[in-house]
Amino acid sequence: MIKAILIFNNHGKPRLSKFYEHYNEDTEQQIIRETFHLVSKRDENVCNFLEGGMLIGGSDYKLIYRHYATLYFVFCVDSSESELGILDLIQVFVETLDKCFENVCELDLIFHVDKVHNILAEMVMGGMVLETNMNEIITQVDAQNKMEKSEVSLTLFDIYS
Amino acid sequence: MALKIVKGSIDRMFDKNLQDLVRGIRNHKEDEAKYISTCIDEIKQELKQDNIAVKANAVCKLTYLQMLGYDVSWAAFNIVEVMSSSKFTYKRIGYLAASQCFHESTDVIMLTTNQIRKDLSSPNQYDTGVALTGLSCFVTPDLARDLANDIMTLMSHTKPYIRKKAVLIMYKVFLKYPESLRPAFPRLKEKLEDPDPGVQSAAVNVICELARRNPKNYLSLAPLFFKLMTSSTNNWVLIKIIKLFGALTPLEPRLGKKLIEPLTNLIHRIMSADRSVYIPFLVARVRTKGESMSVLKYVKAMFVFVVKYLGLLAMSKILKTHPKSVQSHKDLILQCLDDKDESIRLRALDLLYGMVSKKNLMEIVKKLMLHVDKAEGTTYRDELLTKIIDICSQSNYQYITNFEWYISILVELTRLEGTRHGHLIASQMLDVAIRVKAIRVFAVAQMATLLDNAHLLTGNVQRKGICEVLYAAAWICGEFSEHLDNPTQTLEAMLRPKVATLPGHIQAVYVQNAAKLFATVLKSQEGNTDSTAAQETSQLMIDRLPLFVQSANLEVQERASCILQLVKYIQKLQQKDVEIAEEVIALFAGELNPVAPKAQKKVPVPEGLDLDAWINEPPSESESEDEQPRAIFAKEEPKHSRPRHTEVDEKELAKRREARKQEQANNPFYIKSSPSSQKVYQEAPGVEHIPVVQIDLSVPLKVPGLPMSDQYVKLEEERRQKDRADKKKKEKKKRKEKRSGRGKRHDSGPESEEDITPAHMVDIVTEEMPEVPSRISNTISPSTLWVFDDKKSSKHKKKKQKKEKEEKEKKKKKKHHHHHHHSDGGGEESVQNGTVEEEEPLPVSRDGPDQVNDIQGNLQDGSQVVVSVIFENKCDSFLKSMEFNVLDSLNSKLQRPEGSGPHDGLTVPFQLPPGQSNVCLFVIHYLLFVVVFPQNEDSSTHEKLDFKLHFTCTSYLISTPCYSDAFAKLLESGDLKCSSVKLEGVVMPFHHLLARICFRHHFSVVERIDSCASMYSRSIQDHHVCLLVKTSGQTVSIDAKCDEPTLLGNVLDEIKQTFSQC
Repeated sequence: MIKAILIFNNHGKPRLSKFYEHYNEDTEQQIIRETFHLVSKRDENVCNFLEGGMLIGGSDYKLIYRHYATLYFVFCVDSSESELGILDLIQVFVETLDKCFENVCELDLIFHVDKVHNILAEMVMGGMVLETNMNEIITQVDAQNKMEKSEVSLTLFDIYS
Repeated sequence: MALKIVKGSIDRMFDKNLQDLVRGIRNHKEDEAKYISTCIDEIKQELKQDNIAVKANAVCKLTYLQMLGYDVSWAAFNIVEVMSSSKFTYKRIGYLAASQCFHESTDVIMLTTNQIRKDLSSPNQYDTGVALTGLSCFVTPDLARDLANDIMTLMSHTKPYIRKKAVLIMYKVFLKYPESLRPAFPRLKEKLEDPDPGVQSAAVNVICELARRNPKNYLSLAPLFFKLMTSSTNNWVLIKIIKLFGALTPLEPRLGKKLIEPLTNLIHRIMSADRSVYIPFLVARVRTKGESMSVLKYVKAMFVFVVKYLGLLAMSKILKTHPKSVQSHKDLILQCLDDKDESIRLRALDLLYGMVSKKNLMEIVKKLMLHVDKAEGTTYRDELLTKIIDICSQSNYQYITNFEWYISILVELTRLEGTRHGHLIASQMLDVAIRVKAIRVFAVAQMATLLDNAHLLTGNVQRKGICEVLYAAAWICGEFSEHLDNPTQTLEAMLRPKVATLPGHIQAVYVQNAAKLFATVLKSQEGNTDSTAAQETSQLMIDRLPLFVQSANLEVQERASCILQLVKYIQKLQQKDVEIAEEVIALFAGELNPVAPKAQKKVPVPEGLDLDAWINEPPSESESEDEQPRAIFAKEEPKHSRPRHTEVDEKELAKRREARKQEQANNPFYIKSSPSSQKVYQEAPGVEHIPVVQIDLSVPLKVPGLPMSDQYVKLEEERRQKDRADKKKKEKKKRKEKRSGRGKRHDSGPESEEDITPAHMVDIVTEEMPEVPSRISNTISPSTLWVFDDKKSSKHKKKKQKKEKEEKEKKKKKKHHHHHHHSDGGGEESVQNGTVEEEEPLPVSRDGPDQVNDIQGNLQDGSQVVVSVIFENKCDSFLKSMEFNVLDSLNSKLQRPEGSGPHDGLTVPFQLPPGQSNVCLFVIHYLLFVVVFPQNEDSSTHEKLDFKLHFTCTSYLISTPCYSDAFAKLLESGDLKCSSVKLEGVVMPFHHLLARICFRHHFSVVERIDSCASMYSRSIQDHHVCLLVKTSGQTVSIDAKCDEPTLLGNVLDEIKQTFSQC
């Protein structure tokens, strides 16, 4: 199970946070801060795994992260997930974002958090991996966006008719 | 109607959308909180409108604010409204918001049931999809119960997109509503063979999660999974299946064998593809012999890859089942210990535990000790320490061939700064000394040195944890005092007044063992014709024990007064020239025999004895206030080895035996049975079955000169070589006699150790720690601060000395108390229990006490400084109690025990006989002190001394070791401001100069090359201060760098001042 997915930048500013277990807002912020603290002090050329320790619920959990330019993508998972599988998933996630936003950069994530959430929802559901095939994910996301657009024009049609 | 909509949408154009909100927040970096609160007000307005579009927009913004840490639960109802919109766009926004902030205790969730049910059966697959995704995040037991059936029907939906989500969400439903598992399971099983790979993968996923909790129920699915494993090409599915098999194989051994072939194929297939990285966990999951062997070579190849971590993880899994196969990779793993990545180092440490053998233990531990010295973070260092002890002590010290080496390792570990594991080290010392008889001579010598240098361990508050070691040291020295070279000296060391600053339970051990030592000393001195020596010893006891009699700790007080009376009586007898040594020794006679922890179970309960019956009815109230004294002391009760009376009837005997065994079973010092203990319990049936642990002990033939653990490695090698040579010779002989030469490696049993007298042991510690100055003894130099001059003190005039306070570092500190863990029972309790002296001071012109202090930052807590104050009683009367108080100000506060008011003083945890001095450490959050000395002897007078402490800038520096590479990095970073100072006419040698800077200003030397040295320190607020000190002739130039220019200036000024004084 995936317990949390966090994206924050090099300064620890959260860009996306998705907790699959309930914490109150203060705890969530604290988790983000601590995770940032742990992850940011690690060198670039060390392994991508961190034993979570006290952070989110004990020794069974690991932090698996990747650093892309200005952003850290951190997944907190338990022992039923494979480390490399999750690394792969992060890669798929980032590539999907890249396709959906066309050359994704931090600004896209800043201004379109909702879209990022929608993409993520097609990959991970309730802490379990739903889909790992990038094409499949993009197809579904696109179909939903198309539907949204048609609704907008419909609204306009409604208004002006 | 249309008009209203038009109006609404025109309004909408003026509302902020999410992008505007984000932009606004970015533009208001200064007053972000204020800006957001106005935004929230706007959002509240928007939520009140009827237009769903406006509402959805507001909810969307709230979702963003929730991520930033704002509580948005107040909008839960509006979120439900948006969720129930018929438009997909809004519905999606609503469900997203709900998934982010709804949880089980959100009450509006009850309202959603019907809406969700409607969405689930919507003709639009994306409506259903969004509902499922949302539900997966906030499903409650009620929702699960109500919707289980709807979801179950969705599992056979025509669209794979829905099937996939429905299957996956079933796991969440099972968790919340377990009753649904049974009816849903057949369908779930069906989905394993779904034509769509996504659905298949989801089903595998769910079953794997279920099987993790209870693998047994899923054994029947093994053939199905077996088929999937051979046919599937989806890596995700493969990983999950292999994880599942990992859980199943322990339950069904035949499965393992069956899996070898497909797994090896799989590995080969994957290895050739670019996904080579997946191997380790394939390895890890399936624990079959053949499989792990064939795969180890791939694991080894992994080290070439980036993924060392996973390789190590896999190895640790294999290690559990096949330790041998991993042991051959020892070098590889040791290399990983040098890795700069902490995750990898920790993993490697775990592996080491299983890899040690008699041969490589010393080598591995030596390596670990090097790491201990180098380690930077305390957590990693503590981890190393526990690992070293774990490794050495595993399975009853199975791998230790030389216990002298182990003791010296333990002694070396006591020198660690700031470790929390003093207790662990202490228990190891006790364990080894008690269980390994042959080591006692050596252990006692080592412990005596430790006691002698106790001030090094206790001198520093930061080392509180480590003083536990003294507990072990005192006990060992007392119990095995017959092995001591110079018992008088040790006795002297144990009765130093400084001991009174130790925690209560340690003091108690000190007192009791001082008595044991006293007995030994008496015995050795009584043989002499001159009886004065013996009388002097008694006098020493009588002089020093009163200090403990007045201790605040009950245990200490009780023991001390008891022993004091005893010694007084002995002294009386001595004056009459009566030989009493034998009798005194008899008080502490009796040997300790380790008993196995489970030995008690082997003894059958005698007939007619009801263990559950009360012997005495329990008192109505439990009186468990005094938890301080430990059970350990039970054993130290004077024992008489009295012959047993046979007249006592059988029942009584059994009862007694039972009671004694009960006591011993509860006694941590009775650990393992040894042959000698069997004799005692011969009558008890079944004692033969008590597991007797043979401690394999072979000792070096040579007495080591220096107890550095390293040398033991060399010694051990030599010894082994010699052994080997010996053995060869023997074998040659034996071959003729047709005896197998495979005896024990070493047969010079423990007896041979008895006559080894460690000659050089006493100077060891001092020899190795010359550069660590005893902070306290050095502070006595009068120049450090100020001394009260008794002549100046006049009647009715408070003594006062004002000193300018350093303003610079007086940044605001947190005002609340930090619970600094004092294990010091004595000092703190006395305040709570004793009376706090509040009377007006009666100023009496007397010789005032003498105080010198040293102020130092506290390593563990950045907002504290520790002040050590030396109290010296210069008058001729006895100071019965002293109180130490600080007037709290805005910037500083004395750390008081919990529960005392802000004006209460701290009672100094010792008393001062005339002419003596003692040290007390106080944790202060800075400022001014008042010491009250109620001088109580003849007239019960009180005197108050006012004084001020000078907090210099360097008081806030903490001497922190820094390595040259880290130092270089720091300098390169360019964040540091530079400044320099030149000192003329400094005549002292360079190393004195460095020592002075180190000592006075809490720096540590990073590197020294000829007449040039770099030094480092940091402030309690983590400002780095770097110095480069150069000397040529009488000129010393100091270049300093620091990230805080004011601090830098002040530090330099102080250094200048220090050297201008001399």
